[in-house]
Amino acid sequence: MGFEWLAIIMFVLFLLLILSGYPVAFSFAGTAIIFGSIGLAMGAFPIGRMGLLQNRWFGSMSDFTLLAIPFFVFMGAVFEKSGLAERLLNTIGLLMGPLRGGLALAVVIVGTLLAAATGVVAATVIVMGLISLPIMLKYGYDHKLATGIIIASGTMAQLLPPSLVLVVLSDQVGISVGKLFVGAIIPGIILSGLYALYVLVIAFFYPEKAPALPPEARTLKGMALARETAVAVLPPVLLIFSVLGSIFFGIATPTEAGAVGAAGACVLAVFNRRFNWQIIRESSRATANITALVLMILFCSTFFGLVFDQLGGQRYLTELLVNLPGGFWGFVIVSNIIVFLLGINLEFLEISFIVMPLFVPAAKLLGFLENDLVWFSVMMAVNLNMAFISPPVGFSLFYLQSVAPPEVKTRDIHLGALPFMALQTIALLIVMIFPSTVTWLIEASGL
Amino acid sequence: MKGLKKVVDVIDMISEFFGWLAQMVVPVLILVGFGNVVLRYVGQYAGLKLTSNVIIELQWYLYTLVFLWGFGYILKNSINVRVDFWFANQSDRRKAWIDLIGHVLALLPFCILALYVVWGPVLRSWGWQPNGTWGTWEMSPDPDGLPRAPIKSMVLVGFGLLFLQTIAEIIKLVAILRGQQELFQLQKSDAPLRVE
Repeated sequence: MGFEWLAIIMFVLFLLLILSGYPVAFSFAGTAIIFGSIGLAMGAFPIGRMGLLQNRWFGSMSDFTLLAIPFFVFMGAVFEKSGLAERLLNTIGLLMGPLRGGLALAVVIVGTLLAAATGVVAATVIVMGLISLPIMLKYGYDHKLATGIIIASGTMAQLLPPSLVLVVLSDQVGISVGKLFVGAIIPGIILSGLYALYVLVIAFFYPEKAPALPPEARTLKGMALARETAVAVLPPVLLIFSVLGSIFFGIATPTEAGAVGAAGACVLAVFNRRFNWQIIRESSRATANITALVLMILFCSTFFGLVFDQLGGQRYLTELLVNLPGGFWGFVIVSNIIVFLLGINLEFLEISFIVMPLFVPAAKLLGFLENDLVWFSVMMAVNLNMAFISPPVGFSLFYLQSVAPPEVKTRDIHLGALPFMALQTIALLIVMIFPSTVTWLIEASGL
Repeated sequence: MKGLKKVVDVIDMISEFFGWLAQMVVPVLILVGFGNVVLRYVGQYAGLKLTSNVIIELQWYLYTLVFLWGFGYILKNSINVRVDFWFANQSDRRKAWIDLIGHVLALLPFCILALYVVWGPVLRSWGWQPNGTWGTWEMSPDPDGLPRAPIKSMVLVGFGLLFLQTIAEIIKLVAILRGQQELFQLQKSDAPLRVE
């Protein structure tokens, strides 16, 4: 007893370290080394406790949930690098183009589909930024609407299963990733529904902001377009639904579904005549890098969590969170506010590894059952959506800036994101007030 | 600095080599993962047990190799997550100072601790007993499973690579601070990292 103050200083030092720009993983490890030594010297815990570290590390190696990471990253990389995503976007753009606001709607639809296929925000935002943005600008779309819809739809990738965010969250919260995947589906649909609705409303009241494609821009028509749709749109959609469906109906575990998805994306690329060694090499590199990066952060944050716990920091924080005014709802609201505020400056990886493990013991004490924890995690994922697009440091904003044509001003990209943040807030409130948006599908699936 | 440059070059080469190996493992992992699913479901319909713990465990063995062999590689190539809204606008010297202090005070001791913590369990896994004799190596608790000792040893390899690369990075950072950066090929990390 009596070392909580040390844990608090430890946490503050950690925040200062990551704000200085030092890599997050090593900031975890560094503060843990320093405060672990101080704690040992002061007799806060016996040195034998450090032995727990290797247990947990060996545990993460044989964890089948985390094994899904390379599969899903590989699947997304193949989708992006083989041009499957590009073709999907072009075709749906042609299908929807004649409608007022159709190009923006196409972005919402493709964003949702790609989100379900890749789970990587950067890939989705960059592909749509490269392909849809120039077309929308050429035909007179409002810059703010065009950039906002790309950022918001592309960011869906982190919410819709399968996504890296959900895999990491399920590991940190200690819930079934299958349930989390299924639970995130309806909130994801609500979100893309809200985006589509917003586009329709804008197109109805301000036609000049979202014009229809003029006839000369429609390069494919009639049967040719129907054939292109069958070739470019149907196979990826089938693959996405079979991956999600096999998880939903309990036919395959998420990890198995990921393996099938990765292999399936390769098969699609082969049929698209775009499969070659180059794509395997590049996809493998992206996969190896992201897997090593995530696991490095995990190994380091495990060490941080261990020391923080041994110093009594976890117990202290849990008491604080449990005794918030308002009990259950007080906790839910405060944790959402914390995540939103942190999300303005931090990325989802940091947030999942830093704050989620701190919340979990308090949530359990407040009587959260597994489905409540799933609901809570989905809420956090919706909340993190805002972190991605909130100016000035949202990651999706950077991704779009890096590929946007020069006539698009950074200011427009930032302002364009604001209405979509408002829509995300609405979605967050819906999910918060109606937990059945998450739990209903889980119960229906019998997971 | 000339002698140190040799050291750095060798370490960089080792990290690159293992990073390359890790990337080569990825397609194999995908194939094994896919094969496992196929065998399981075909077996289910045919009423045969086609898959086994060997294939199931092979999946996470390969996945473990992918990330542990990449530990040195991602440090060398600056594949990491930084909160950089302040950091990005600093001078190269100040950036080098931040990394140097961090690497010396945080990362290097962490690597040493990790190697120390894992060393004992790995030895025991190979069958070493406290009285100095050697027994049998640790096997998977499941039937037909794989031996555990080799994969546990890979944690030593992973942190060994990280340790070596940290030393190389420290030498490079000192070179930057002494104005001798032209000696080394340095990795710039300007573009935001594309993870999610």
